[in-house]
Amino acid sequence: MAARLSAEQKRGIGLVAAPFSYAIMLLAVPLLAIVLFSFWTQDFMDVDTTFTLNNYREIVEKPIYFSLLQRSLYVSLCVTLVTVVLAYPVAYFVSFKVHPSRKSLWLFLITIPFWTSYLIRVFLWKVILGYNGVINSGLINLGIIEEPLTFILYNVNAVIITLAHAFAPFAILPIFVALEKIDRSLLEAAQDLGESKLMTFLRVTLPLSMPGLVAAVLIVFIPTIGDYVTPELMGGAGGKLIANMIQVQFLQLNNAPLGAAIAIVAMLSVTAISLLFVFLNRRWLRGRS
Amino acid sequence: MKLRIYALAYLLFLYAPIILLPLFAFNDGTIIAFPLSGFTTNWFAELTENKALHAAVRNSLFIALMTAIFSTLLGMCAARAGAMANFPGKRGIIGFVMLPLVLPEIIVAVSLLVILRQVLGVNLSNWTIIAAHVLICTPFCIAILNGAFQNLDPSMEEAALDLGESRWSAFRLVTLPLVMPGIISSMLIAFTISLDEFIIAFFLTGTNPTMPVYIWGLLRFPASLPVVMALGTLLVALSIILLTIAELLRRRGIKRAGGTDKGGFL
Repeated sequence: MAARLSAEQKRGIGLVAAPFSYAIMLLAVPLLAIVLFSFWTQDFMDVDTTFTLNNYREIVEKPIYFSLLQRSLYVSLCVTLVTVVLAYPVAYFVSFKVHPSRKSLWLFLITIPFWTSYLIRVFLWKVILGYNGVINSGLINLGIIEEPLTFILYNVNAVIITLAHAFAPFAILPIFVALEKIDRSLLEAAQDLGESKLMTFLRVTLPLSMPGLVAAVLIVFIPTIGDYVTPELMGGAGGKLIANMIQVQFLQLNNAPLGAAIAIVAMLSVTAISLLFVFLNRRWLRGRS
Repeated sequence: MKLRIYALAYLLFLYAPIILLPLFAFNDGTIIAFPLSGFTTNWFAELTENKALHAAVRNSLFIALMTAIFSTLLGMCAARAGAMANFPGKRGIIGFVMLPLVLPEIIVAVSLLVILRQVLGVNLSNWTIIAAHVLICTPFCIAILNGAFQNLDPSMEEAALDLGESRWSAFRLVTLPLVMPGIISSMLIAFTISLDEFIIAFFLTGTNPTMPVYIWGLLRFPASLPVVMALGTLLVALSIILLTIAELLRRRGIKRAGGTDKGGFL
């Protein structure tokens, strides 16, 4: 038996070798390359390969990088908060209130907008939030406001609204999966023991769904730092983020080493905040694997 | 009841931009704003005459097709290995392959740009985009194919082996037909993601832009916006059709393998 198992293990390793080596070549090696690059400098058309901390020094010394990073982290945190808070009730609704045979239809409807024409979707938020946009003309026609609202386009708010829309399904699915795993008899037990509905939710459902909530937070927070389309289209002059700076360094200023260093600093900041968040929630994640 | 109203309002929020798209695509006005002025199909007619757009669409279709094939093949390897017995480092290896799912796309884009252009000196082409798209689509393929492979009863393939089939023909004759719906579903999802992907394609595109890169260029010119709306309407219709087929096949695959549907692509 033991010999046969190891044959199957070998076949398993043989199979996983293909996707694994692909990920090594196109993910691990390139990531190492940008780390290396960030310690080099751009010298006109060539790259000077002497080891230096100059790129990092420039990031620390010039306030523009710090303020861009700060704004990016602020936007990512807001987007995460808005997305997860808005998504939780929907995930709860689908898991607890929708008939089991219709759950996949609901999930399908929720995921569809996520797969379609990202660029055009972002652009249409401009149409919705714009000076003559849907919201402004709607509110004016209803007589609620007299002048178009200007605080909803070409600034950080617009970036947050658009990103929260783009990442919505990412937040709903992990919470939904965690809610589905909850043993429904626990809820009955809590109510039999005299807890109100609200207390049952706060003391049973919410703690048990924490792993999904943590996953949702990470899966929204980490990728949002890398989006440059939304700040470019929606952010105006004051709403540019760190990803725009990375893009400019690579594609316009032809300074790949500095761009690499900015990308690494952004990645490290996001990773540090994520690890801190997971650490703070360790009590909910422990013993539930 | 209150929750249901909230959930429906949330769906409206999710679909708001997509609902507006056809309104402006058929609107007889050059400005993308309300009020609408009249009905026209001119913008769709203009689509048929734009040679540069046609070239971009052909590029994107080729990239998406190649991405769908290769990422599904890699996804099948990982999903099948994942459904087999535990081997040392299994969780770590699969976790690493799934990493692009949470990595910011710009990080993937710049790291590949550096390695391809500066280290290897490769010229950017459709194939550099395909390589990157396979990397980011494989995790989605694995997630879908896991559903197909994990519910499979291993005794069926064992029976075929006992009856004298080789390992490959046991896979081809027994397992493959059972997971086929999952495979097609995975290809359709990878195709849709690749067709729509902009952030990475913008960095890795060569002299021939992909369709999203071409659309990005159009967004700067107000005069071309109605045409973009018409194009967007067609794209949304196409992706909804592809995704619906993918979802139906995914469900059939899980049913065929004898599992219960837990819902969702991710």
